[in-house]
Amino acid sequence: MVRKTEEASIAIAEAVKNCEPDVVACYPITPSTHIAETLAKFYSDGELKCFIATESEFASISAICGASAAGGRAFSTTSSQGLALMHEVVYAAAGMRLPVVMVVGNRALSAPLNIWCDHQDSIAERDSGWIQLYCESAQEGLDTAIQAFKIAESTMLPTMVGVDGFYLTHTVEPVDVPTVEEVRKFLPKFNPQVKLDTENPISIGEYAMPADYQSFREDVHKDNLAAKSKIVEVHNEFQQMFGRNYGGLVESYRSEDADYVFVGMGSVIGNAKEAVDELRAKGKKVGIVRIRSFRPFPEDEVRKMLEGKKHVAVFEKSYSMGSFAPVYADVVNSLYPLKKRPMVSSFIGGLGGKDVTVKHVAEIFKTIRKREHMRVWV
Amino acid sequence: MKFAIAKPRTSRENKTGDWRSSRPVTDTAKCIKCGTCVSVCPEGCVSGPDVKKSIQERELPKTDYDYCKGCGICANECPVKCIAMVLEEK
Amino acid sequence: MEEYFSPGHSACAGCGMPITVRHALNVLGKDVIVVNATSCLEIVSSAYPRSAWGVPYIHSLFENAGAIAAGVVASLRSQGNNHTKVVIFAGDGSTYDIGFGVLSGMLERNDDVLYICYDNEAYMNTGNQRSGSTPFGAATTTSPAGKVRHGKLQWKKPIAEIIAAHKVPYVATASIGYLADFENKVRRAKDLTGARFILTLAPCVTGWNYDSAKTIEIAKLAVDTGLWMLYEVEDGKFKLSLKPSQFTPVGDYLKMQGRFRHLNEDEIKFIQEHVNKSWSEVK
Repeated sequence: MVRKTEEASIAIAEAVKNCEPDVVACYPITPSTHIAETLAKFYSDGELKCFIATESEFASISAICGASAAGGRAFSTTSSQGLALMHEVVYAAAGMRLPVVMVVGNRALSAPLNIWCDHQDSIAERDSGWIQLYCESAQEGLDTAIQAFKIAESTMLPTMVGVDGFYLTHTVEPVDVPTVEEVRKFLPKFNPQVKLDTENPISIGEYAMPADYQSFREDVHKDNLAAKSKIVEVHNEFQQMFGRNYGGLVESYRSEDADYVFVGMGSVIGNAKEAVDELRAKGKKVGIVRIRSFRPFPEDEVRKMLEGKKHVAVFEKSYSMGSFAPVYADVVNSLYPLKKRPMVSSFIGGLGGKDVTVKHVAEIFKTIRKREHMRVWV
Repeated sequence: MKFAIAKPRTSRENKTGDWRSSRPVTDTAKCIKCGTCVSVCPEGCVSGPDVKKSIQERELPKTDYDYCKGCGICANECPVKCIAMVLEEK
Repeated sequence: MEEYFSPGHSACAGCGMPITVRHALNVLGKDVIVVNATSCLEIVSSAYPRSAWGVPYIHSLFENAGAIAAGVVASLRSQGNNHTKVVIFAGDGSTYDIGFGVLSGMLERNDDVLYICYDNEAYMNTGNQRSGSTPFGAATTTSPAGKVRHGKLQWKKPIAEIIAAHKVPYVATASIGYLADFENKVRRAKDLTGARFILTLAPCVTGWNYDSAKTIEIAKLAVDTGLWMLYEVEDGKFKLSLKPSQFTPVGDYLKMQGRFRHLNEDEIKFIQEHVNKSWSEVK
């Protein structure tokens, strides 16, 4: 492991390089551009096998799909509009079971145009079948990128790693980056059963009639759910080897005996932890459940961790216009089977990089003491 | 784990011969074994005259009626017009 | 002889597209990977659970064949395979229109891919809607011949010229009416590396509306009238493949097809003048 103090984007790119991908194809977009640029520099220096600077994000995800189908390990990175432009291929990648990995520098979606952090971009792809993991810190971002290759290649499901734009992509902090040799011990060579091969000339990407089609789609869903155990297994293996723990599918921070719980994803949890510590010092029984794996959604774990709580505040940086906030909706649905359910309220904030401070989180905890159901834009 | 993939050449399970309303019939006495019918068939279901061989070594053309859709291109392109499109008996 | 594209596919009787594919693969051989855009070809050849293909094949989406192929070839080379060729088969819809940007990107990067466009001059897979390739005056369902407007009012996009302007190693036009010429061009392209493009006229029985037996004849007539010019551009040098010693009147070609049936003599004359002009500009 090499400890350095650098911008998270650079560290993530180093981690990806050390996974020895066969093809990296990127198109720049704020705030994930630095990841692409660092990988391009590695390529120019002869440290990366292949870097394709495509003419659009639609082309970059397509290129990595082709690369993966041909038996190569493939990676891309994007944000916001780029991910939205990729939408068609995102669905195709999952349906074709191509285990590509993508780090998303989470950013708001137009319109209005905005370059700052929120989760709308990747949340908009939540129904696609991709595995989605959200990271709290720069270290977790680079570690999860490495884990993502192992998860994707063993489940044959493309995997997205969410890293908050600017909050994580552009912050400089001390990180440990596993070396190539260390990654080799963790990540086996990519050797898919299904691939384009002149020795075994199959046809990939067939068109399916109704009954077959539904069967294929159900299969994606089932395998996405089944990926839960693989995500945990890979997480634990990584923890064994590198000593870092992110909880697996979910992570609890002082939530076990809490009455009031803040549920969230991504870098906002950092501020939430500070708020929890301040309130705990004053005797308030508060805690956090951080969702790391949003897809597959950890229904059982969430149910177990939130049962018996007085009031849960689900905070998120996304929305489903005209309906419910997506993470909130998944939490409420997970609690539905309980005979006695905790109250759950929905808090939406941080869109377009709008500040969510320690004070905001403390205010949320104060609000939910009222024990009234609410849906509030913070 | 399901993949929407297929093994090679499995389209052969689909016998498109029942599409046609007329079938090509070659007058082998007139046939010069030029290989045009083999070349122009969209189905690739005519075999026989191999253009890589000398004329003496070439075989007569043979249509695989399991797949022939009766388009008539072979008849239209035959340089000696020795292929007739004959209506299929019902 | 190994079969690279099997019968049993569901192309219309007399379709020009499988003729194109069979002849291309005859030349390219076994060591290829085919990338196919959504198209008639893809639908007729790869319906689950069967496939007509005898070589490795991938279909992704309508407009991304260029990028998929770029990824496939990059992946092969990264894995140490420097010999397998990657070839795209795409229709005019994907090539001229929806996939044009992706194609241009592939050309600019000079990805080592041979792109073969089989051109049936409309979106035939979805029932004959006009594309950038649809010729002037042709009736399609989105450019119908009505009381006020007589078919497509725009000229065919000069795709081969645009591709040649990218200064890629090899660009050629071909027609299944001249199969030996087409095979020669595939052969030439096969021996080169970098981005190569062959535009092949492949008539469509259903969309162009003619007797299915005439596919090759019509494809030949398109060339003999001068409407479809056969040429190559290799390393920037233009080389005409064929100049008819005597041009057949375009009317002979147009009158064979239902999609031009609405054209009056003035309109045919207008098209003839356009053809004459384009040939006068050729050195």
